[in-house]
Amino acid sequence: MPWELVSTVLLLVVWQVLAMIFPGRLFPTPLAVASALWTDLVDGKLISDMAKTLRRAAISFTVAMAIGIAIGILFGRSRIVDRLFSSWVIVGLNLPAVVIAIVLYISLGLTETAIVLAVIINKVPLVITTIREGVRSFSSDYDELALAFRMPLRRRLRLIFIPQLTPYVLAAARTGLALIWKIVLVFEVLGSDGGVGFRINTMFQFFDMTGILAYTTAFILVVLVFEYWVMRPLEHYVLRWRMVRA
Amino acid sequence: MADGPRLNIDVDEKRFAGSAAPLLEDFHVIIAPAQVVALVGPSGVGKSSLLRMIAGIDSDYSGAITIDGEAAAAAPPAGFVFQDSRLLPWLSAIDNIRAVREETTEAQARDLLARVGLAGSENAYPAQLSGGMQRRVALARAFSVNPRLLLLDEPFVSLDAHLVAGVQRVFLDLVRETHSTAIVVTHLPDDAAKMADRAIVLGGRPARIVADIELTPARDTRSDEQMRALALALSTYDEAPN
Repeated sequence: MPWELVSTVLLLVVWQVLAMIFPGRLFPTPLAVASALWTDLVDGKLISDMAKTLRRAAISFTVAMAIGIAIGILFGRSRIVDRLFSSWVIVGLNLPAVVIAIVLYISLGLTETAIVLAVIINKVPLVITTIREGVRSFSSDYDELALAFRMPLRRRLRLIFIPQLTPYVLAAARTGLALIWKIVLVFEVLGSDGGVGFRINTMFQFFDMTGILAYTTAFILVVLVFEYWVMRPLEHYVLRWRMVRA
Repeated sequence: MADGPRLNIDVDEKRFAGSAAPLLEDFHVIIAPAQVVALVGPSGVGKSSLLRMIAGIDSDYSGAITIDGEAAAAAPPAGFVFQDSRLLPWLSAIDNIRAVREETTEAQARDLLARVGLAGSENAYPAQLSGGMQRRVALARAFSVNPRLLLLDEPFVSLDAHLVAGVQRVFLDLVRETHSTAIVVTHLPDDAAKMADRAIVLGGRPARIVADIELTPARDTRSDEQMRALALALSTYDEAPN
């Protein structure tokens, strides 16, 4: 963490120096951006925009993870299902996100459902792929162990299946979140009634670079808070056995 | 504690899919209660497969294996020790013992760990334990499941000699206390000479019993010299052409 803090400070210093060397409306200083951020925060628009975006991201993330994990397990366990539908997953992985969003906007209108559904459809194939690989990598030795000691199914699931799957769920969550943060904003730019992406699009119309960077900074701060206060502690706790050494 | 169970092994045929010759054919052995039997033979002869059939892991064979008259797959699970320690890396030593049998209390698991010389290591993860310590946890786990019937599949492979001696001592102490019936699969006549009351040497394909020897004097009274002599005698069968 101290190194990451030093790195952040260094970035701000470099930015400030560059902005002083190349002054202009399109290259605001970090201080100007911080000031705009504060104004947006006090003004109230930033909080409501952020809340809308985070709500969309949270719903899409939860639903996509649930669906992706269930289908990924099925793919990993059943060779027939995998053979039959793996090409669908490849199509899903390579389908341009914008196409999905536009198709859904045309079909469902510029609605909340369309945005959330578009994000889910974009993310699910990624989760399926990660979870499928995880299930495929399960050790048959542990299955034999469970068989030898006649462990009941629920106990097997809790003590053997889930612990093996967890690192892959965390990996899917991390890569999925990175994707969702980005595409929610893109879809909000394409069409929505609010949110960080919507506001950035409005600022774009006025070439308000300071405002755009203020919103971007606020968004990045939220992502970092989530990373350091939620994802990493969770990962440390769940995978603590990997961190111990003799 | 009551003696371990009696085992009746009557395998008409055990064959792996796609294999020309069966692994076992007309294979019949009776193992008396509280007897420690060493299954000796070269790699691939079918020792581990037979152990898995006795454990009820593999029921794809014709014939019957009974444990105190009950079909192997329906009998209470045996205390199984695998070639590797096969501990779940995400569980502590004590939780590894409790994982395989719901009824095992924390106090019982602690007691078992103390008996294998691991008091104080209850909360250590497998990665924090040496190879020898991991095998001891696996042994404690097997005893927690069923101290009456123990099945050990090459339990000392890849352990240093001094660690092997330690784990063997722990095993023999526990077996003496609990009067277990135990089958130890090994390719080393030395292990059989140190640990077993009886050695069954397997060879050929399908596997047949090359020799079935009561090892005397009794296990606990054997001197080092007598063990060496027994190991030497067993190795002559083991090396004989099948």
